[in-house]
Amino acid sequence: MSSSFLFITIILLCVVGYYLGRRRSYSVIGPAGKISQLHSRPTYYGMLTALGCGIPSLIFFSLWKIFEDNIITGIVLANLPENVRVLPKDQLSLIINDIKNLVSGNIVSGQVDPAMQTAAEQFRNLQSASAAALTVCCLAIFILALILILRKIAPKLRARNTVEAITKIALVVCSSIAIFTTLGIVLSVLFEAIRFFKAVSVTKFLFGLQWSPQIAIRADQVGSSGAFGAVPVFTGTLMISAIAMIVAVPIGLMSAIYLSEYASRKIRDVVKPLMEILAGIPTVVYGFFAALTVAPIIRDSGGNIGLEIASENALAAGLVMGIMIIPFVSSLSDDVINAVPQALRDGAYALGATHSETIKNVVIPAALPGIVGSILLAVSRAIGETMIVVMAAGLSANLTANPLQAVTTVTVQIVTLLIGDQEFDSPKTLAAFALGLVLFIATLCLNIIALHTVRKYREQYE
Amino acid sequence: MNNNTGNGLKPVQQDQNRPIDIVNKGLSRRYAAERRFRFYGLTAICASLLFLLLMFVSIIGNGYSAFQQTFIELDVFFDPEMLPESDLATADYPGLVKKTLREQFPDVSGRDNLRRLYALVSIGAGFDLQRRVMESPDLIGQKQSIWFPADDDVDMLVKGHYDRNLPESERRLNNEQLAWIDSLSQKGKLEKRFNTAFFTNGDSREPELAGIWGAVVGSIYTLAVTLILSFPIGVAAAVYLEEFALKNRWTDIIEVNINNLAAVPSIVFGLLGLAVFINFFGLPRSAPLVGGLVLTLMTLPTVIIASRASLLSVPPSIREAALGVGASKMQTVYHHVLPLALPGMLTGTIIGMARALGETAPLLMIGMVAFIVDIPGGVTDSSTVLPVQIFLWADSPERAFTERTSAAIIVLLAFLIIMNATAVMLRKKFERRW
Repeated sequence: MSSSFLFITIILLCVVGYYLGRRRSYSVIGPAGKISQLHSRPTYYGMLTALGCGIPSLIFFSLWKIFEDNIITGIVLANLPENVRVLPKDQLSLIINDIKNLVSGNIVSGQVDPAMQTAAEQFRNLQSASAAALTVCCLAIFILALILILRKIAPKLRARNTVEAITKIALVVCSSIAIFTTLGIVLSVLFEAIRFFKAVSVTKFLFGLQWSPQIAIRADQVGSSGAFGAVPVFTGTLMISAIAMIVAVPIGLMSAIYLSEYASRKIRDVVKPLMEILAGIPTVVYGFFAALTVAPIIRDSGGNIGLEIASENALAAGLVMGIMIIPFVSSLSDDVINAVPQALRDGAYALGATHSETIKNVVIPAALPGIVGSILLAVSRAIGETMIVVMAAGLSANLTANPLQAVTTVTVQIVTLLIGDQEFDSPKTLAAFALGLVLFIATLCLNIIALHTVRKYREQYE
Repeated sequence: MNNNTGNGLKPVQQDQNRPIDIVNKGLSRRYAAERRFRFYGLTAICASLLFLLLMFVSIIGNGYSAFQQTFIELDVFFDPEMLPESDLATADYPGLVKKTLREQFPDVSGRDNLRRLYALVSIGAGFDLQRRVMESPDLIGQKQSIWFPADDDVDMLVKGHYDRNLPESERRLNNEQLAWIDSLSQKGKLEKRFNTAFFTNGDSREPELAGIWGAVVGSIYTLAVTLILSFPIGVAAAVYLEEFALKNRWTDIIEVNINNLAAVPSIVFGLLGLAVFINFFGLPRSAPLVGGLVLTLMTLPTVIIASRASLLSVPPSIREAALGVGASKMQTVYHHVLPLALPGMLTGTIIGMARALGETAPLLMIGMVAFIVDIPGGVTDSSTVLPVQIFLWADSPERAFTERTSAAIIVLLAFLIIMNATAVMLRKKFERRW
């Protein structure tokens, strides 16, 4: 029985178990009895049966699946000829790969060794034996549990409490997935980064001025020094983010002010959804727009006034990223401005302030912590934005302050280092994780500060 | 209040330094500042809407022509000599196309000229013929006129994306080829038709054969995995945090965590997927399963936050009523609170799904950038997704791919707008004020 089929079978059996458990609860009170004699409603007895049988057999199923492959490979390896077994580890894993390919019927390059053929044969036999054993064990566990539970069902059995306890455990597990995700991010990025820092020192990485991660294959190769000084990458990121913020903050803030303070209901009803569309456009579309439309416009207009502009320049990427962030800034600031109590505005009007004076001198100062928080969130968004810069900003790590040149960013480097075939022991690949760690820490700090300020600000007026 | 009434009230005082005069002196300046400020606000909104418009115009203007494709009609004689009954599958179909082209233009000679002539028709023509013959072998020996897709350069010329007036050396099509194309179109043997291949084919190196179906199917599988995982988990987490969790250290940590995860750059989730799912658990690269898992982790915070807001909007009186008639806490939640909160949760989930559909960066990390021609058949097959397909095509130098990229973007945006519109409609329909 194939494993997916077995899985579905177990699920279906659980449904059967539900009905059996429910019927059993009716039968224990007898045909003359009332349902109120039962501790719980009959459905709970059904659910208890289904869960009680399904959970153990599914746990067994997944444990078996996790260890199956390793055990089978171990047995097959132990039976390989002596001269194969003493091979170094990487070659051995190649051979195992070949055997697995033989098993799945893929073509293996080169001649097929008879020893391999027998190993593959054995592998296949063990696999089918394992599948059969798994089926038998799972079904046996299920039936055993079913019999035990059905025998235990009695009017006094507190089925509802048990079912609710199980459900609650499931809820707790689901809600802690967020924690595990964070933990997973931190650990995975940290471990690879530590491996990278074993090869390249932390200070060299953080303060070095040269970034060229390509490592020479031959010693005499030109331009492949394998330098991992990330300063040019950081400055590139900062420059593009700065350009984006110069575009996004004034426009986003002013549109938020206009929408929340001046605009009539009608205008708001039209403009807000349009802004949401702007916010919902995938970043790859912005990237395409930047590379196809904005960058050529900038290059040509620069050419007209005699400026030499790289076709992949920081300005195009930053501008388009700014456009992307406008709705983000505007919707966050809009919330913040709306949270300022009307009484403050009324006070200002009563003193004779005009509308704009009220906004400038009362509303914005009152909303400032929230606005700063939302700008910080926008900055963290700009730093972590990937597709626009990948498509429009270029790869060369120039240490420059000129926005008309090509620069590179942390995210671009991560993508280029990890796309394509990789080996996980070269510093080149691991460098991506070190950059990822920097990116994660930077955005995390920004987010924590920003969320904290916004929260504090909200509490102030609530 | 103007100066006259001020004078009328207090005629004795003629001092220029009365507050009202200072105020009045500044009034016009202040009103001008008011108008300026308003104008800035309006300009900001117009600027952002202008960007939106510019983007849509540029993409639709570039992309709408990709929904049509130039076809060339050829009278193919299914020559029994070239198609031996014994091995129909491996017969020389490209040769048959070339022979037909030679018959169509009998006065073309010379190796170079012939090569240019053959270049007019897409190399997909051979496969098309093969498919036809394999489907009905009794075609052999007959003559049939068949429309074949033209090569992408011909297509671009017909659609007016290439300038005919450039010097010959700068054109991708030379003078003879232009003459052949003109003669074909005069005879009515060259026509623009609806580009079905774009919607039914997988990726290809040839623009005229490249389609988005493979990417769309990949996207569907990926989103299905994401939805199946993120909706139940997200709802369960929200229910626990909102209805059961006690206010303590642990739930505080979870809460801060969720808010932070919502703002972590998506590419970091890609790194997580690469390190954990692919390297540690050994799941297949480029598979929708892994993509779905990564996107699940990414969209979970969105779903949880939306679901919690939705649960919070259910009034406490409902819970109290249920508890009052003897329901347990769990029964209260599952029988009364959850059904009332479900529309809001669905809305949040759809918005999260729309974001997941447009996400590219984390999927690049887990290898969904491979060039894949086949339509994926399951969640563990190698595949790509629509936004990644856009990214790949955007990198291709051919002019025809620019057009197709824009067209793929139009399709992606259409999906996104449909999803968001559904969410808005759901919200409108089930919105309830207590």
